[in-house]
Amino acid sequence: MITVENLTKSFSGRTGAVVALDGVTLEVAAGTVCGVVGPSGSGKSTLARCVALLERPDSGAIRVDGTDLVSLGGSALRAARRQIGVVPQGDSLLRQRTAAGNVALPLESAGVPGPQRRTRVGELLDLVGLTDKAGSYPDQLSGGQRQRIAVARALAANPSVLLADEPTSALDPETTGSVLTVLDRARAELGVTVLVVTHDMGVVRRICDDVAVLDHGRVIEHGKVLDLVADAGSRTSGSLLPSVDQNPEAESKYDRVADVVLVGFAAVGALLPEAASRFGVELGLLGGGLTRLGETPVARFRVGLTGERSDSALEWISEAGAAVQRKPKGPQGVAA
Amino acid sequence: MNEVTPWSDVIDYLVKATGESLYMMGISTLVAVLLGIPLGVWLQVTAPGGLRPHPFVHRILGFVVDLGRAMPFIILLVVLTWLTRFIAGQSIGPSAAIVPLSIGTVPFVGRLVQNVLAEVHVSVVEAAVTTGSGTLRIVRSVLLRESLPALINAIGVTVIAVLGYSAMAGVIGGGGLGDLAIRLGYQSFDNRVLWSTVAVLAVLTTLLQFVFTRIARTVDRRRHASV
Repeated sequence: MITVENLTKSFSGRTGAVVALDGVTLEVAAGTVCGVVGPSGSGKSTLARCVALLERPDSGAIRVDGTDLVSLGGSALRAARRQIGVVPQGDSLLRQRTAAGNVALPLESAGVPGPQRRTRVGELLDLVGLTDKAGSYPDQLSGGQRQRIAVARALAANPSVLLADEPTSALDPETTGSVLTVLDRARAELGVTVLVVTHDMGVVRRICDDVAVLDHGRVIEHGKVLDLVADAGSRTSGSLLPSVDQNPEAESKYDRVADVVLVGFAAVGALLPEAASRFGVELGLLGGGLTRLGETPVARFRVGLTGERSDSALEWISEAGAAVQRKPKGPQGVAA
Repeated sequence: MNEVTPWSDVIDYLVKATGESLYMMGISTLVAVLLGIPLGVWLQVTAPGGLRPHPFVHRILGFVVDLGRAMPFIILLVVLTWLTRFIAGQSIGPSAAIVPLSIGTVPFVGRLVQNVLAEVHVSVVEAAVTTGSGTLRIVRSVLLRESLPALINAIGVTVIAVLGYSAMAGVIGGGGLGDLAIRLGYQSFDNRVLWSTVAVLAVLTTLLQFVFTRIARTVDRRRHASV
């Protein structure tokens, strides 16, 4: 598990100090995947560099399993770095070494003897599905394969935390999938805690349990992805749920308009019709749709209800476990 | 008196002078590379953005290196006589010429090496840092290893530069091809000696360049090399 406590960092720029991190606090439970997202300039790169122990924050703590790593130096710092596996931004493999040689690098600096090193490299190449590429040089691999080797290298010294800084930014959607699968396997098979810094909400959608949204060096949202999507006002729900087109004309035909978010319902389609028949209301779908967050099906629908017991029907849907957000009716529908 | 030297003598001269030149070139390059690589590493490691940035040390080193490079070799040759006598035990001859040749080449190699190491991409170096590797290990298995092809090319450039410098070794009786061309060729109005010496130098230079390019390409694992 990794905790970031009240991290601050500023850089002196030409126009005075630039605050990159302004009291960032994060907690990632052991064995979970947390995404750090935010627009460029939000401080996520600085946060990644601080967690990678490449940049020293001005104040605050970074704890891995309770121990603060920020103030360390010398050999203690080098030992601490082995607890955090890092997949750096961009191409980071040694081009003069084979894939296996790259994966072996952290083991060499940890002083692991040759035979054990080879065994471990074999296990890791297997984990990332590139056993047959052991003897290939980075320039003979595709971008996605290189990135999977970088993940294998980051995991070599058995870190308890894996930090990936924009691991998919240079990849096309298909190869992105293979890299994310590898990150997910690392969590599932090795139990590492994964922190992914990314500008791509698709990464959050596919592998993250938790998400932290950064803006202007502050965490403006942090929590479980599935909790945040149910919160209609959150940025996470805005960017992960199926969008709903504004359609005031259609909405005005109903007594009530509401957004219904259903998380993890196998029978999403059954809940709404049942509400309609139970309460004798007319229920129409105005927009939205189904999506998937990791393995969990998630739906957001905008529904319109007409009938005396519309409020009760919405109440019932909410009690059944869906998040219901009532919409104020458009201007033309507001009764004086 | 302006007789043309017979070919048999010319060949004898050339063989002897080539031997002297290669001797001076080989030893001097070896010494310069052995001292210049650590110097270049030191320059790069202390540079801004390096592994252990140290502006003061970096600036002093850079100043000394540039001073050394600014010194004309012919001056170095005569100014360093005292040091040459101390190290080589004599102040004239090919062995004596090796001392100023080596010393004059060290700063040159230092700068070349620094430039080569600076080309290793920051993310590659940082990736090694995050694995908990120490500075020495990163220098050895990342900086030097990653730039091996470029380092070999730099040594090739150095060898040829030293061969050129060694032409001046005649000033302190170092002999060699340059000396032969000047004394028995140019100054004796013997064009046969002059131009055959130049021809040998041209062949040597071309050959050396070919060999070093070849080795550099062989150790290069990047894509453009294998195609």
